[in-house]
Amino acid sequence: MSNSAGTPGDITRRQMLRRIGLTALVAGPAAGLLSACATSSGPAPAATSSAAPSSGAAVSAANPFGVAADAPLEVVIFKGGLGDSYATEVHEPLYKKAFPKATVKHVATQQIAQTLQPRFAGGDVPDMIANSGTDLMDNGALQQEGQLLELTELWDAPSIDDPNKKVRETVAPGTVESGLINNKPYLMNYVFSAYGLWYDSALFEKNGWTPPKTFEEFKAFCEKAKAANITPFAYAGKNASYYAYWMILISAAKIEGNQFLIDIDNLVDGVWKRDSLKQAAAAWAEIGKYMDKSFEGLIHTEVQTRQNQGKIALYPSGSWLENEQKSQTPKEFKYALTPTPSVTAADKLPFEAIRAAAGEAYIVPAKAKNPKGGLEYLRIMLSKEGARGFTEKSGNITVVTGAADGLDLSPGNASLSAAQTAAGANIVTRSDFENWYKELETELRKQTNALMFGRISAEQFCDNMQKAADKTKSDSSITKQNRTV
Amino acid sequence: MRHGRYRFIVGFLAAPVILYVVFVISPYLQAFQISLTNWKGISANPQFIGLENYSRLLDDEVFWAAVRHHGVLLLVMPLVTIVIALFFSFLLNLSGGQRGGQMTGIWGSKVYRVIFFLPQVLAVAIVGVLFQAIYRPDESGVINGLLGLVGIKPVGWLIDPNLALWSIIGVMVWQAVGFYVVLFSAGMSSIPKDVFEAAALDGAGRYTLFFKITLPLLWDTMQVAWVYLGIAAFDAFALVQVLSVDRGGPDNSTTVLPLEIWRTAFNFSKFGYASAMGVVLFFMTITFAALTLRVTRRERIEF
Repeated sequence: MSNSAGTPGDITRRQMLRRIGLTALVAGPAAGLLSACATSSGPAPAATSSAAPSSGAAVSAANPFGVAADAPLEVVIFKGGLGDSYATEVHEPLYKKAFPKATVKHVATQQIAQTLQPRFAGGDVPDMIANSGTDLMDNGALQQEGQLLELTELWDAPSIDDPNKKVRETVAPGTVESGLINNKPYLMNYVFSAYGLWYDSALFEKNGWTPPKTFEEFKAFCEKAKAANITPFAYAGKNASYYAYWMILISAAKIEGNQFLIDIDNLVDGVWKRDSLKQAAAAWAEIGKYMDKSFEGLIHTEVQTRQNQGKIALYPSGSWLENEQKSQTPKEFKYALTPTPSVTAADKLPFEAIRAAAGEAYIVPAKAKNPKGGLEYLRIMLSKEGARGFTEKSGNITVVTGAADGLDLSPGNASLSAAQTAAGANIVTRSDFENWYKELETELRKQTNALMFGRISAEQFCDNMQKAADKTKSDSSITKQNRTV
Repeated sequence: MRHGRYRFIVGFLAAPVILYVVFVISPYLQAFQISLTNWKGISANPQFIGLENYSRLLDDEVFWAAVRHHGVLLLVMPLVTIVIALFFSFLLNLSGGQRGGQMTGIWGSKVYRVIFFLPQVLAVAIVGVLFQAIYRPDESGVINGLLGLVGIKPVGWLIDPNLALWSIIGVMVWQAVGFYVVLFSAGMSSIPKDVFEAAALDGAGRYTLFFKITLPLLWDTMQVAWVYLGIAAFDAFALVQVLSVDRGGPDNSTTVLPLEIWRTAFNFSKFGYASAMGVVLFFMTITFAALTLRVTRRERIEF
């Protein structure tokens, strides 16, 4: 075991046994199997891995973290809507160019937690992880256990493009803040996303429709679309009810202002029962009535494909949608984004306000064998060349300011950038509870389906959610977090 | 010589026993230990918190929903499966009347046997994906498409909270029946044919043959089937995971303990709490198996 740290490719007998153990665990009640190995042997491998071979290399302007030139690097990428060619064809070659002697190991998976949880438990962790997808690891829990490397060093390092600028100065405002856990930066949120209602601008043009700006207009629009035999609004209840709760929360935030989202994240007493949320939930439940019940049993790709076939008018999602649907989208289908309609005339934020945020967290494990290499890899991602390559390969805009300038944007991305300009400073911020309090989030998914498919009223929705929030708040086993911006 | 033989036997037994202890017994014991801690599954410093996880279970409504569903599964799934399997295996083996002094099945029984067994060789995941298409809630679903032909509106097999669990039980029964048809067929073939001959001579019809001869002589096999099916009723993880709305929904109407254990451990990072659920599940399974074997104990008939 003691000499295993130098050869990441080799699996020692003990790790092997541990992995076999995990496979058995997934099947069922024998939840102790993994733990059997993990709790009894945890500290030892952690100690060996921190004594990894790559501790020394001189710090220089070109190599601000002092990465050892020959230290191998292991990169784990979530291969979902973004694919993984941006890593294999852009960032990893850039890293190889900077450190020709290093070997880069690429691991692509759709199940981050299942792949990495046992490795964290055993202390054999990769150097950089794209922690995304439905089965992502709980960043809050990782941080609490001291498994995440603080990224202050990264944000304060000189940018690759302009050594006089710090990395934090080259990214969109709010990016660093979006990656705070307990007020320290641990996550590098890379993709710039906007959330709202997506539609086919060609279809709308053909029918002479314009996206609704208020909920009265929305309901009138629903009638029109229904008459044209098109489902006015739909989402996938089976696995993507969070797309719908985003819309509800955005509407509430537009009514009350961003403080609402901050209060939700901070588990402020009674926040789920506020009028703003009640109004938003009631307004969206009205729209839910136009949705066929069958959508609760469909998954997101099924619903998105139906939209591509012209059967659904408005679909709630984020800006990755266009790329995700690339292979399904007919040529004449032109994705466009519209903000969520205003609920009242007295909304704090105007109709144009849009939820935009840095998303897709990239992390460096604190107990990685080559954490400096992980940091450098992130710095390369945040260079203009890295960001441009990412936009070209994945079709998504990054947080790196101006990196996509001059690129030929798709209809969806062009619409996104127009919506961003129209919104200006009216940005609806993020929801951190989704990552901080997974149990609360799971409950919100359930209650959202119940609300949108007409099983409960807006009142009951608020009551049930307040109960769930109170439960999270009083649960001593959940570490509470706080945000101020 | 004798000494050498013991060494020989011990040498053979040691490997399986050690494997069993390491991979089965020790994890169970560890689960008990972990259930008394607040381990998050990531680092190696769980704190001992006594029985807190268990007292928390008491007012966890999702947990109780899952326990209720196991109750329903336990009552319905084995019963329906066994009744259908018995009926089919009787048809396949004994209902065709006598031919050359031998009881035979209905015409084409060999083909039916293969058809019945087919679902058993499919992996659960494949069955799940298949039934996704079969149960799809709009007209593109197989069942709803057929219903549409006769003018019936689509039924929300998996999205109606009152129907979803039954739909999933349906899949479990469909998949299990084949295996038990084979099991019961084997049981029936081990019943001496002179018993049937004697009964037939006395003028027993198919009905009497089944209830007075076959069923009592098949009791041992049915007992085994009941235990197997009961244990399967405590699982159902894969099908619920693949088929149900939002994994256990709508409104917790299909959730089962293995799914909640998995979610609590891997999504909520509460391995201690998940282990407590695992321990409860362990005791439920053990109690069920012991009860079944005790309650159904009967005089064994020797042929």
